[in-house]
Order: sequence, then structure tokens, then C-alpha cells
Amino acid sequence: MKKLLYAYMGLVYTFLYAPIMVVIVYSFNDARLSKDWKGFTWKWYESLLTNQPLIDAAINSLILALCVASLATVLGTLAALCLHRYRFPGKTLLLGNIYLLTLSPDIVMGISLLILFVAMHIPLGFCSLLIGHVTMAMPFVTITVLARLSAFDENLLEAARDLGASELKALLHVLLPLTLPGIAAGWLLSFTLSMDDVIISVFLSGPGFDVLPLQMYSLVLRSRPSVNALSAVMFCMTLALIVLSQFFANPRRKTATVQTPDAKS
Amino acid sequence: MENRNGPILEMRGVSKAYGSTTAVHDINLQIANGEFLTLLGPSGCGKTTILRLFSGFEAPTKGELLLNGRMINDIVPEKRQLNTVFQNYALFPHMTVRENVAFGLRMQRRPKDEIGQRVHEALRMVHLENFADRRPAQLSGGQQQRVAIARAVVNNPMVLLLDEPFSALDFKLRKQMQFEIKHLQRQLGITFIFVTHDQEEAFAMSDRVVVMNEGYIEQIGTPQEIYEEPESLFVARFVGEINILEGIILEALENNSYLAKVEGVDFILRTRREFYVGDKARVLLRPEDLKVFHIHEEDSSAGPHLNGRINDSVYKGATVDISITLDSGTQILAAEFFNEDDADISYNKGERVTVSWVAGWEVVLDYD
Repeated sequence: MKKLLYAYMGLVYTFLYAPIMVVIVYSFNDARLSKDWKGFTWKWYESLLTNQPLIDAAINSLILALCVASLATVLGTLAALCLHRYRFPGKTLLLGNIYLLTLSPDIVMGISLLILFVAMHIPLGFCSLLIGHVTMAMPFVTITVLARLSAFDENLLEAARDLGASELKALLHVLLPLTLPGIAAGWLLSFTLSMDDVIISVFLSGPGFDVLPLQMYSLVLRSRPSVNALSAVMFCMTLALIVLSQFFANPRRKTATVQTPDAKS
Repeated sequence: MENRNGPILEMRGVSKAYGSTTAVHDINLQIANGEFLTLLGPSGCGKTTILRLFSGFEAPTKGELLLNGRMINDIVPEKRQLNTVFQNYALFPHMTVRENVAFGLRMQRRPKDEIGQRVHEALRMVHLENFADRRPAQLSGGQQQRVAIARAVVNNPMVLLLDEPFSALDFKLRKQMQFEIKHLQRQLGITFIFVTHDQEEAFAMSDRVVVMNEGYIEQIGTPQEIYEEPESLFVARFVGEINILEGIILEALENNSYLAKVEGVDFILRTRREFYVGDKARVLLRPEDLKVFHIHEEDSSAGPHLNGRINDSVYKGATVDISITLDSGTQILAAEFFNEDDADISYNKGERVTVSWVAGWEVVLDYD
């Protein structure tokens, strides 16, 4: 039985990770178009370092993703707080809209934003991408933070105020630290969403501001094997980020919820 | 402290309504400095609302709240010199025990060494000085409870509010914490307002008990007054077992006494309430105040008594609970203590007995 379970687990992992492994393996293949193995090489990685437009686009994407993640996290967290703490007319409508935005097709959002920006005479480039990506990412932050907030014990805020903390200080010293894992998750999520978005970026990027996913897309269209190398690099960076975030999140997670064990110590 | 002899905390005509439902009606309550006062009642009676009105988390719809003679209606919770021990403790899970206890002093921007010292003292008082660096999740229920108490009293509040603080603890720990809280209150000398639905707990700890029902105060008094002289049927029933007999006033006598027919037998009842001839009345008796005799015993014929038949007797260790059906059809419960001199307290089902009580121990209430 146990062997069967391990076999099943192996199958699932193969299904999930085999494609990525293939890309990583082929990024070392010394052949331009062939599917056959022609020997080991670093040259596709070297070509990445000399591809100036690609490097520019990567830097652009990084700056954009950092700005998008930070802005979307602030706005999304505020929205979540507002939705969690207050009752106001139209609250259900607003919440419904936020869920709708996460489900609405990127292509619809891309086209509609494009029309809007053109109509408002907003030049396409960094600004249009920033606004577009924040629009796309913010609902995800709101939902993530809201999930965290729904597990929050409101008595803690009353306890803080009872002990002399103003409402703002209670939020700062009690609500914020306990919601931080959700906020951090929201930030990471929006960072990734912005970093690998193609569809909205296609519509909203301008001639002076190219982003990495679009560059990669054009590399694929021109069948350049360096795209394999780039994919491998990005995968490893993601992996490092995840390991890092787990490392930071773990010691805190134990204390995130209070249990009341009756065991005497 | 211009108000040394006045009440530390006072409610004047306070009502609280949520929409169309009213949680508390026109409450007048004065709490003396240093008093241990308990709000007792079933869930939904408004006792927690009163606590939250004092702490400031609810605003009164009507009436005035006074702390040490000063009106506090418009003062936000963080500015009131009251602290609360919450029902579920509400400890901050991301802080250590020390940080939890220091929170209030930090908010007051006290100097660092003063905070350190006062926190240490508070933790020593609740015997947790060795647990200062633990997180709440690493403590047992009783220890968390003590942290919650230390976190509140470290701020030197004028009044400590406790909202059913023992509800999550097991029976033995409960008893121990009752003792510790009472001890702490004597040690600190500050006013405690305690909310509970457990009458035994209320009686064990309080100087005065406020019995509440459906948003009204039913009775305020010492535990003994509440138990022995309940002013309403609700209070009588809520605090322990009670037998309710029906009577009709036959004649008014001197010294607040009346001749009355109780369950078909003539008794002399003593009460400060006023009755007129022909009034119906209820006669209340605690099970332990009833005397039960075998029909053949000599005492059985002395004085007025009721006759009945044993339904059942249940051995309870220190007492025997005896259920009796009177000849009038009313069921009553008597509790007899074991007594070396009167070993014969075993009764058989169906046996005929007489029931009486010491004249004057009865409580007489209006019929409605």
C-alpha cells in the first residue's frame, strides 16, 4: 500500500515538473533547432548576458513588478481592511466586483484598459502598464488579506484599546503584525502576476518600455534556444524566493493562532 | 480623590438598545470603592452589556455613567481608567507573556525601567515570572488566564472588569482561580466587577451580587440576602433549588405575621410584605430548610406540618435529597444532612412522612 502511494506521488510530481525539467535540460543542449541531444553547452546562458534589449526588458519588468506589488498591496490591504471592519451601503456589490475582477479574462481587461487610456490620452509605457497591472493584481491582494482577516479575533483589538491603545495604534501593534503573512503573500502574488503577465502587457506596453514576458514571447516566435536558458533562470529564482519566504514565514506561523492547550507545563 | 466616600462607579438611569431590542433597561447601580461586585444572570440578561458600557465598547442609549464622580459617557475606552479581563483572555498571540503584560504601560509611554519593574511585579503576583518569554500558545488555560489578569492589573486601574473569566477552565482550576482572584482583590484593594452565570461562583467571591434578568436588575444584595431573602421568584429559582408552596392569607396578626392556609394546612407566616385577607401568596422554602419526619416520630405531631408521601430519595454524599408529593399534590424537594444523632434518614418509596420548617425561615412573595 505504502509503495503504491509513493508511486502515485512520483507520478504526480512527474506530471507537474517534467515539462520544466525538459526546458532546463534543453537549455544546455548545443543545438539550435533539434530535439536531439547534441552535447552540453553554456552558450545560451552567455547569449542572455549579451542580449542588451533582453536585459533592459528584465530590468524594466523588475522595476514594474516591484512598483505594482507594493502599490497593489497597499491598496488591496486597505480595501480588505475596509471590507472587513466596516459596514457600508454597496459593500456586497464591491466585494462581488473584486471577485469578478479576479475571474474576468485578461484579454478583456487589456482591451478595455487600452481603450480607456487612449481615450484619456495617457501615453502607453510605464504608467499605463503600472495602472493596468495594479488593477489586475489588487483584487488578489484583497482576497488574500481578507482571508487572513476573517481568522482574526476581534477581541484582540478591544483588548488593545482597553489597555490604552488608540484605534490607530491597536491596528498598528495588533492587527498589522497578525495580518502580515497574508499581506506578504499578497505582495508576492502581485509580484509574480506582474512579472509574468503577457496578455495585458501586449496591449499596454509602449515603444519605449518593453517588458520581459513580451521579449520572451518574441524569442519563442523567433525560435531562439536562449529562451530555454531564460526560463531556467527564472524558475530557479522563483524557487529561491519560495524557499526564502518559507524560511521566514515558518517560525512565525506557529504563533499566528492561539490554541488553548490544557496540558500543564 | 475629591470623591473618597462616593461610589467609584455609577450608572444613572442607563438603557442600551440595539435597534428595537433593549439589552438593559433603566439601570441604576452604585459600586463602592474596593468592593467585589458580581453581575449574575442567565445568558442574554444584559450583564455583559453592563460591563461593556463601563469599559466603553458600548455607548448608552440613555443615562449617565460616572467613574469616580466624573461623567465618562463621551470618553473613549482607551482613556478610561478601567481594565478588562476578557472571556477568552484575548492575549496577543504574536507577543511574549512579558510583551503582553507590558502593552498597556508601553501605550502610556512609561519609562523603560519602570515598565520592566512593574511587569516583573505583576508576573510575580500571578506566579508566572518564569514564563515571561513564552508565547501565550505555549501556556495552559489557567496560565493564560493569569497572564490576562496580570496584563490588566499592571496598569493600576481604578476598577477591574472580569467577563466570565473562568468559563474555559475545568472545575478544579476554576475553584483555584476563584480563590486566587479573591485573594488578589484583597491584596490590591481595588474594585472588581465580575460577570458570571454561575451562582456558586458569584456567592463564593462577592461582597454584593446583582441578579439580572432580561435587562432588568432583579435584586442587589449580599450573597446571603440573595439566597435567604430572594425578592422575586426569578431570583429564588436562579440561585439554587427552591420549593414553592401556595397559600391564602386568612388573617393579619401582629409583628408582620399572618395566619395563612398553605397547601391546605394553617401556618403562621412572617413577612415584611403587606398582604390583605384573601390574598394569594407564594411560600418559598429551600430544600435544606425543610424538616422531614417519619410519621411515627414524636416531633411529627408538634406544630403545623404538611403530610406527604416519599417519591424517591437520592444519596448525594453529604446530603440525601428526598422528593416528596404532598397530599395537596404539590411536589417538593427536601435535603437532609447526615447527622450522628439522627441516623434514621433513610426513607422508603411510598412511605408517609410529615414536613415542616422552623417558623420564620419561609420567604413569602406576592402571587404574581
